[in-house]
Amino acid sequence: MIALRGVTKRFGDRVALDAVSIDVRPATTHVLLGSSGSGKSTVLRLVLGLVEPDAGEVQVDGTPVTPSTRAELVRRMGYVVQDGGLYPHLTAYRNVTLPTEAHGWDPSRAGPRVAELGTMVGLDEETLRLYPRELSGGQRQRVGLMRALVLDPPVLLLDEPLGALDPIVRAELQGQLGRLFAALGKTVVLVTHDIREAALLGSTITLMHAGRVVQQGTFADLLERPAAPFVTQFLTAQTLAAGALGAR
Amino acid sequence: MRALIGVGLGILLLHGSGAGAAEDGVIRVGSKSFTESYILAEIAAQVIERVGEARAERRHGLGGTGITYRAIASGAIDLYPEYTGTLARIILKDPALRTPEAIRARLLASGLTTSEPLGFSNTYALAVRAETAERLGLRRISDLARHPELKAAFSSGFLEREDGWPGLTRHYGLSLAEVRVMEHALTYRAIASGDVDVMDVFSTDGQLERLRLQILQDDKRFFPDYSAVLLARRDMAERFPRTWARLREAFEGALDDQRMAKLNALADLDGKSVAEVAAAFLGTASPDPRRRPGALSEIFALTLDHLLLVLISLAAAVVLGIPMGIAAARFRRTGQIELGAIGMLQTVPALALLVFMIPLFGIGKGPALVALSLYALLPVVRSTYAGLIAIDGHLLDIAFVLGLGRLKRLVRIELPLASISIMAGIKTAAVMTVGTATLAAFIGGGGYGTLIVRGLALDDTATILAGAGPAAVMAVAFHIAFELLDRLAVPRGLRR
Repeated sequence: MIALRGVTKRFGDRVALDAVSIDVRPATTHVLLGSSGSGKSTVLRLVLGLVEPDAGEVQVDGTPVTPSTRAELVRRMGYVVQDGGLYPHLTAYRNVTLPTEAHGWDPSRAGPRVAELGTMVGLDEETLRLYPRELSGGQRQRVGLMRALVLDPPVLLLDEPLGALDPIVRAELQGQLGRLFAALGKTVVLVTHDIREAALLGSTITLMHAGRVVQQGTFADLLERPAAPFVTQFLTAQTLAAGALGAR
Repeated sequence: MRALIGVGLGILLLHGSGAGAAEDGVIRVGSKSFTESYILAEIAAQVIERVGEARAERRHGLGGTGITYRAIASGAIDLYPEYTGTLARIILKDPALRTPEAIRARLLASGLTTSEPLGFSNTYALAVRAETAERLGLRRISDLARHPELKAAFSSGFLEREDGWPGLTRHYGLSLAEVRVMEHALTYRAIASGDVDVMDVFSTDGQLERLRLQILQDDKRFFPDYSAVLLARRDMAERFPRTWARLREAFEGALDDQRMAKLNALADLDGKSVAEVAAAFLGTASPDPRRRPGALSEIFALTLDHLLLVLISLAAAVVLGIPMGIAAARFRRTGQIELGAIGMLQTVPALALLVFMIPLFGIGKGPALVALSLYALLPVVRSTYAGLIAIDGHLLDIAFVLGLGRLKRLVRIELPLASISIMAGIKTAAVMTVGTATLAAFIGGGGYGTLIVRGLALDDTATILAGAGPAAVMAVAFHIAFELLDRLAVPRGLRR
């Protein structure tokens, strides 16, 4: 479905991705795990055609992502970013219908679709009439998700979607996302630095570090069969921190 | 909005195209912005109206020589009072031209002609109290050589110019004990009270008689001749021969220095309107007193006029400036050149910019609107540019992913997000233009500046304030109006 073949990307002197190859199988949830600067967000930006690789190739449905194909390919992808990425000058409703407007949908067709998505993520009509700054962080995130799903794309790309939320809302939304992904059967690529999120949502996990893929597999694979000492190091760093806090 | 712009551009074009060639049946009379020039031009206008061959259009108070000469050369006006010294030295740049005939011959090529001298010469002169003159037997400048004890006070220009005091002392071999620089208006008081004995004046100064001052005769002919003449376009003289003949008849040799000084005094010291002074000279009935300066109906008309200047030039600046700001933000490198060029335009003094417009668009509203629009451009372009480049790149990436095309992205996302900045720029441009538009009057563009220019020429503070006051009020009104407009133009989600 989505494939990176030996992709290298530099920003100035910094190597963001160094000969990275990743395969995302259809209808699975693939988590890109790593700390900030590991290159995981750059992968999404390459898939969306927002940046071009210096070497290697990115494919979506077997089509290489190039400046001439990208506009067509992004139609098949929904994109969710941290804090929703909403436009402050538009109501939540208008934010959600922006893609339908861009693709020439009749408003009478968009209305029921928004209502449907609202029910799915748990936002009522009243809330959708508000502007982004009048919403809570969790609500903004749900609106961002609705917007990504409104055209029902086969692929959903999420970049730290829950990064800006407090732990309680975060845990709640993580559960909701898991159920949603299972119900929708979409190809999902989710970028996160949170191991719990990766374990909960990812059927496949790609652990990245300093622009390279360290290991790719299930959470159990990473836990039980680490490909490098770094894998264990990364997995235990967060659980240790949590444990240390719990012990206090 | 679109209709408004349409009307604005229509008016702009109308004025622009009309500037070059004089209309049928109209003689446009210009003047510089000082009392004497106003009076002579008004007399000419009244003569034209009495002959009835053509309609007189008054374009009084057109700044200085640079503006009036460009205006007549380009055909924007047909006639204005000028001085032979100015024609020779400043316009033809040949001080050797001494006689009116020689000057007229040289002007022929430019399609211009002059009348015979009107009879007076407005030049530098030295004046003493009549009482002092009598006591010391002073009649000529050379008599001053016998009285080095006299105290003199001169305006700074006269003291420094080669055709002023430095040249004069050498020419006459004078040396006075005490020579001071003094503000001209104050020197009158000083000489009246006896603190000063000698001062520089203009030979047709309205104050001379009132203060009992006597001009010393320039017996060694040092001061250049500034004989007044009417400068006119030859095509006007040919099309309206009766009017031209009557003008010459009314003016030529009709005014000596004393007579002109008296007319100047009527306007400067007695507060008579220029129209009244002209009527008095021609021996006709005084015109309608309702046309006196600063009357309410005039202020109302000027308010509309000023508002029109501001709104049209602002609309043009917005219509041009926002796309230019967008272009600068989209093409960053050429954008820097563009912003630099517009910034440079802003460093040209507003009045100079107005003057540059005359050869291109003539005088009146057209060139004023062009200059004001150019001037208002910078804040609009800059604020549009600044608002656009400040947008979070992430939000633009998302717009692409959501499937919005370039134009949709601009209209639905970028411009609304930049709207606070853009509105701030338009507001700045509006308030600034209200002020700058007062300068339009210097090239006959109308508006509140008409009163300011007239007030400055007649040294009448009340008239100046009648123009400056409402302009300040209008600036504040624009500010308030834009605060309200902000609520409409800036989306609710962005407001604080």
